[in-house]
Amino acid sequence: MSDRWNAGVIPYAEMGYWQPDYEPKDTDVLAAFRLVAQPGVPPEEAGAAVAGESSTATWTVVWTDRLTDYETYQAKCYAVEPVPGQPDQFIAKIAYDLDLFEEGSIANLTSSIIGNVFGFKALKSLRLEDMRIPTHYVKTFQGPAHGIVMEREYLNKYGRPLLGATTKPKLGLSARNYGRVVYEALRGGLDFTKDDENINSQPFMRWRDRFLFTMEAVNRAQAETGEIKGHYLNVTGATMEDMYERADFAKELGSIVVMIDLTVGYTAIQSMAKWARKNGVLLHLHRAGHGTYTRQKNHGVNFRVIAKWMRLAGVDHIHAGTVVGKLEGDPNAVAGYYDTLRLDHVPADPVKGLYFDQDWASMAATMPVASGGIHAGQMHQLLDHLGEDVILQFGGGTIGHPMGIAAGATANRVALEAMIKARNEGRDFLHEGPDILQAAAKHCRELDVALSTWGDITFNYESTDTPDVLATPTGL
Amino acid sequence: MRITQGTFSYLPDLTDDEITAQLQYALDQGWPMSVEFTDDPHPRNTYWEMWGLPMFDIRDAAGVMHEISECRKAYPGRYIRVSAYDASKGRQTTALSFIVNRPADEPGFRLDRQEVSDRRIRYTTHAYATDRPAGDRYSSS
Repeated sequence: MSDRWNAGVIPYAEMGYWQPDYEPKDTDVLAAFRLVAQPGVPPEEAGAAVAGESSTATWTVVWTDRLTDYETYQAKCYAVEPVPGQPDQFIAKIAYDLDLFEEGSIANLTSSIIGNVFGFKALKSLRLEDMRIPTHYVKTFQGPAHGIVMEREYLNKYGRPLLGATTKPKLGLSARNYGRVVYEALRGGLDFTKDDENINSQPFMRWRDRFLFTMEAVNRAQAETGEIKGHYLNVTGATMEDMYERADFAKELGSIVVMIDLTVGYTAIQSMAKWARKNGVLLHLHRAGHGTYTRQKNHGVNFRVIAKWMRLAGVDHIHAGTVVGKLEGDPNAVAGYYDTLRLDHVPADPVKGLYFDQDWASMAATMPVASGGIHAGQMHQLLDHLGEDVILQFGGGTIGHPMGIAAGATANRVALEAMIKARNEGRDFLHEGPDILQAAAKHCRELDVALSTWGDITFNYESTDTPDVLATPTGL
Repeated sequence: MRITQGTFSYLPDLTDDEITAQLQYALDQGWPMSVEFTDDPHPRNTYWEMWGLPMFDIRDAAGVMHEISECRKAYPGRYIRVSAYDASKGRQTTALSFIVNRPADEPGFRLDRQEVSDRRIRYTTHAYATDRPAGDRYSSS
């Protein structure tokens, strides 16, 4: 008998959690972790420890392992690779047997993968960079309540990004004044307006009043334009019962979309995705709070993993970065998030930070939302970086227009349509973008004013979170 | 008013040359085109009348433009849209759709409100044009 079962503490690597010859099975869940070990801990041992602590292990040998088919349930660290240019960092790849996870449960998946292991003392820091979810597991999730294709058919809007705006100021408006902003933005040309993440039901505006005034605004704008309009009514609340009550009321009023915040938790998100499919209402997710654990490169969870979990969980929309706006977002990393949300087969691509192939097995796609410090003058860059299946949300860039909110909305819509038209005509719209916008502004004073107000505003800071592999410099 | 359905409703009406360029783009993607017309502009009127079947085998924008012209001659006072269809797996939906003809006068919509309990209102978008029988809704339609 080997020493493996002697009572006491032995290295994780010797307990079977380090298996460099292991070939992952098609049914395995795979994870790539970026780790920095404490001094004196070899990288293979650190990788094995992550595999152990995120699956079956505890700190010491337990004889009760031998009552199980433990080799199945042990996660296997099968590769540890140094990160170029970062001497203390390694990428550990770990395979988990499918039996370790409950069908269709993000909560269960994440309790293993990002559970105790992130506080483990033998590691200085740990970051979950990517996961490969096998199609066997993908198929146990509902996925997006409706998805991009159904959303477009429902809205009757094709061939261009959708346009939105978040009502500003985000806090303090009365329900009546709030509805005014919604009405003006929608009648001016936006497809959607949006509650902000922290608008729930506060003393200055209770949720029911907001819903009533907002739906008056949505319906007025629809009659004014002959186009389908929507407002993301944020149904985030303290309890699931509160959220269902608010969502049911939104549906009863005829709202085509409701929204929730990431802060409600994975289980509540999956519950709302089921509700949204059952009731024919689109589900928007605001990624409130994600920056606390996605932004730092050495510890936490990469946003591409959150995006993957949220597509499985079943949201129709998720904020996923703008590249050019005010919030964090390296161009290549953002392209990886967008691929993860929109494609059916996502090939591994180190330049985009994608460590594994991901097959979605025809699961509907989630519409990415670009929001935060973007304006009409960037339309060519936005179309180039983000493509067509995206919602471009110009909050300040609509509401802050000198001629008023409706004018701001019109400026954005004209800029967008002009750019799509030019792209389809085969023009080099990225380089000719400013000319295309100026030409469109000749027949649209609203756009002309928008360009002279914000034309050269940029947020050009270096990203903190970038892929390790660079094909070309990714700064703007 | 001007209904703003379709991909290019906020731009000045496209000239035939500009329409041709869009058609060619769609055909180059492998998307067959179709022409449809209606005199019911309600935003949830999904099924406009088909001007023939989708043109699965026409690869040339001039051929599609010809059908648009014929449809305009037959129904000068109605809304006419041209749509491109992407039949690839995972899409199987419209890829581009824009209006190429509209009535000279667009009366727009009335918003009907049915007041019910607890301050709730049931809304209906009502096209003025549809107060008249189909086929008799716009001048010279």
